[in-house]
Amino acid sequence: MTKTADVVIFERNVAKALDDGQLRRNLRSAMTTLSQRRRALFADTEAFEQLRAQGESIRRRALRQLPDLLEQLEGRCTANGIQVHWAETTAEANAICLDIIRRHNARRVIKGKSMVSEEMHLNHFLEEQGIEALETDLGEYIIQLDGETPSHIIVPAIHKNKDQIAHLFHERIPDAPYTEVVEELNAIARQELREKFRAGEIGISGVNFAVSETGTLCLVENEGNGRMCTTAPPVHIALMGLEKVVEKLQDVPPLLRLLTGSATGQPITTYFNMITSPRRLDELDGPQEVHLVILDNGRSSIYGDAERRATLQCIRCGACLNHCPIYIRLGGHAYGHVYPGPIGSILTPQLEGLDEAGVMASASTFCGACEEVCPVKIPFTEILRMLRNEAYAQGESEHDVKGHGYRYTTVEGLSWKSWALYNTRPGLARIGSQILGKLGQHLPMIGPLKEWTRTRTPPLFAPKSLHQLAQERGLDNDR
Amino acid sequence: MTANARANILSRLRATTIQGQGPFIVPDAPIIAGLELSLEERIGRLQRMLETMHAEVRVVSAGGWLDEFKAMLRTRALNGLLYGPAAPFGPALEAAWEADLPPLVPYIEPAEQCRERLFSIDAGITSTRGAIAETGALILWPSAAEPRLMSLTPGLHIAVLDAKTIFNTFAEAIDQQHWLRHGMPANALLISGPSKTADIELTLTFGVHGPKELVVFILS
Amino acid sequence: MTDASSPPIPRPSKVYYFGTCVIDACFPQAGLAGIELLQREGIQVIFPQEQSCCGQPAHNSGFPEEARRVARHQLKAFAKDYPIVVPSGSCAGMLKHQYPHLFAHEPDIEEVCRFSSRIYELSEFMVKVLQVRLEDRGEPVKVTWHSSCHALREMAIVPYAKMLLGQLERVELVELQNERECCGFGGTFSVKQPAISAAMAHDKVNDIMQTGAARVLSTDCGCLLNIAGTLGYRQLNVPAQHFAEFILERTQ
Repeated sequence: MTKTADVVIFERNVAKALDDGQLRRNLRSAMTTLSQRRRALFADTEAFEQLRAQGESIRRRALRQLPDLLEQLEGRCTANGIQVHWAETTAEANAICLDIIRRHNARRVIKGKSMVSEEMHLNHFLEEQGIEALETDLGEYIIQLDGETPSHIIVPAIHKNKDQIAHLFHERIPDAPYTEVVEELNAIARQELREKFRAGEIGISGVNFAVSETGTLCLVENEGNGRMCTTAPPVHIALMGLEKVVEKLQDVPPLLRLLTGSATGQPITTYFNMITSPRRLDELDGPQEVHLVILDNGRSSIYGDAERRATLQCIRCGACLNHCPIYIRLGGHAYGHVYPGPIGSILTPQLEGLDEAGVMASASTFCGACEEVCPVKIPFTEILRMLRNEAYAQGESEHDVKGHGYRYTTVEGLSWKSWALYNTRPGLARIGSQILGKLGQHLPMIGPLKEWTRTRTPPLFAPKSLHQLAQERGLDNDR
Repeated sequence: MTANARANILSRLRATTIQGQGPFIVPDAPIIAGLELSLEERIGRLQRMLETMHAEVRVVSAGGWLDEFKAMLRTRALNGLLYGPAAPFGPALEAAWEADLPPLVPYIEPAEQCRERLFSIDAGITSTRGAIAETGALILWPSAAEPRLMSLTPGLHIAVLDAKTIFNTFAEAIDQQHWLRHGMPANALLISGPSKTADIELTLTFGVHGPKELVVFILS
Repeated sequence: MTDASSPPIPRPSKVYYFGTCVIDACFPQAGLAGIELLQREGIQVIFPQEQSCCGQPAHNSGFPEEARRVARHQLKAFAKDYPIVVPSGSCAGMLKHQYPHLFAHEPDIEEVCRFSSRIYELSEFMVKVLQVRLEDRGEPVKVTWHSSCHALREMAIVPYAKMLLGQLERVELVELQNERECCGFGGTFSVKQPAISAAMAHDKVNDIMQTGAARVLSTDCGCLLNIAGTLGYRQLNVPAQHFAEFILERTQ
């Protein structure tokens, strides 16, 4: 069977990841810790179920009114002095940022953690324009030093252990001594970045929640770099996917608790930063300009379909990654796209098209671990199944996902037709099971069986099927 | 470009008559009973939660906090204390200051004019608007009197909290302090400890880009 | 967790038995054991010869039309109003929870929902409906348990299976360290993503070996196929067995 390009690339990435023992040990240990912490925080399962029912309801209510809330957010922000920009594509969003940066003659931007900026490939874009984009979240800083992208949406450098980071700092940071002491590594980063914060010209951040009724941008963080980027420079640019809006200020407390608890098992992060306006006339600090860039990049097409829309409920906590048996073994890079793990597997094929990323939807056993922990109850397995259906849907498809039908081949189509025929004609099945039974373990090792037997003994087909045994025992056939 | 993008995005969102399997259902939100702790319990819980996050908490009488604060400063070698003269306790601080203490540095100029000082001073003291017992967090509304960077750039942040403003939950604080009616400040903050990170092997370490220490005086 | 399993019903005199395609071809003795456990309780077991597969392979692989075709065939084969007992958490989950999704837009959705409401996983049926009491007649043995993901989450019936094992006095159950983690079978996943599947099965087998158990038990023969195949490939002598077969063996 011919393989589509996304499958070929993914298989290569998988082989590389599975072969990397260090990576697998790092991931297993980190993901186990994160999930244990989460479990400890939400030990009262009844209370947790109530809280996540609330989270689901809040996110769904916001999505139901999405265009209205976005307009309200824009109105409130504007009234508060925040300049709002809309971008249909990542290219537009990049151009908006560049325009703002150029107007201020800035040569460097300092960045707080933002997955939307990763989606935009903003750093790369700015570098091409001669502007340095410096990541300031410690994890992001580490991977930027190594020329990598995040492997996790919350803990971006989790694939690395401290020895690897020790070597990296020593090699890439001028005058940095070699040390494997985590506190000392932190101190090196603090010292390196402090001067950049002081002299920062433009700060860029993401947005965790945007409250439409007040025009408030909320940011969650522990390190203080996010506050630095949004407070110290004269200009702050906040980037958000259009789904990040919530209706009410009172929607924030439950979502905040769900977010920090699901992500890292913390009852709250060190900082919860709520920005409602740039520096007011009498204030002595804070940015003079705040810009909000609202990015679509395919989200509005997801919005139009009831089943697909639930994808936009996500609050980016990363719990689905931490609990995914596949993410735990591969890490984020193997997925080959910005958003890895279960959320990446449902989001990316819809944003970029199945022909680009459809293979991600096949990276699931439907074990349901993601669904079980999701703080806003995204029906992951339903969406994954829908995407698999779309990948094979020729002509007009029910959900109209970009690139649908890309994976259909006559051979696979025919084999499922034969499978259906076999399972609807008991006569055929009887003959089939007799043949399999006779062959027992001496089956030709081709196709699926070849894959199966690389690491397993072949399935042993019984000489007599349960059908035959039931008949022999005279079980009522109900006929 | 931007005007078009706006119209296009909104019209796409509005154009949807939901397709796929049935309508997009919004389930009812269950009503969750919040914490209902006594004042004493709220103080206790807040203290415990903040200490878990490596903040230092001192519960003191409203009349005696300044002396204890000064005693604390005397045990440390600090190059200065950033404060807001117009803060609630600004005048009291000035009146009580003594020569053997680190110099009081008022934050009265725009940040652009005192950037060096803001980034090099060892300590800053702020008031708080309240606190949250459930998760353990201080509520700060930086203002002209106490600007935003005061709780961020100094290595040591001292926060003064009136115990009567400790709420059970974040939701209760928003409600009882009438955040909506009052109108949101330019910047509102919840702070639950000194800055921290676990980005290297999930090893929790304190004092990354923000303060390395947070000391909270709860005035009871 | 909410109880996703079926409501208890009065003890019926007859049940349908849905043998599943994996059991039919590879583990017929496990299928028979389930039948005997029911018959022993005085239940008449009907085994429609027309039955085949629940349709899950196609449902999970992007071929809903083919899945529906096979599903409708089961609807015909199990047409009468008897409860349907299924010795697999995964197939039961498909029949009970996935059919209503699969047929959401189909004219026969109501018939499908009625069919789905009659589905019981075997251990669930034994505990909830039959209130089976077991008497252990075997030698002391240490076993471990693999929860199939669909038994664990979609059907939420693992507590019932463990209740039954708990009634066996000389059986010591040693739990896996990562009991809630998938073994990597995932139906067609095992051949569409063979490398990841193999890595998961490998880890599962390590977990099993760490328990020192003499056997690994499960409600699901798909997982057992994967686990037994990996155990065998690594020449490890721990049988992987369907719980019905194990229970029957110890109570005869």
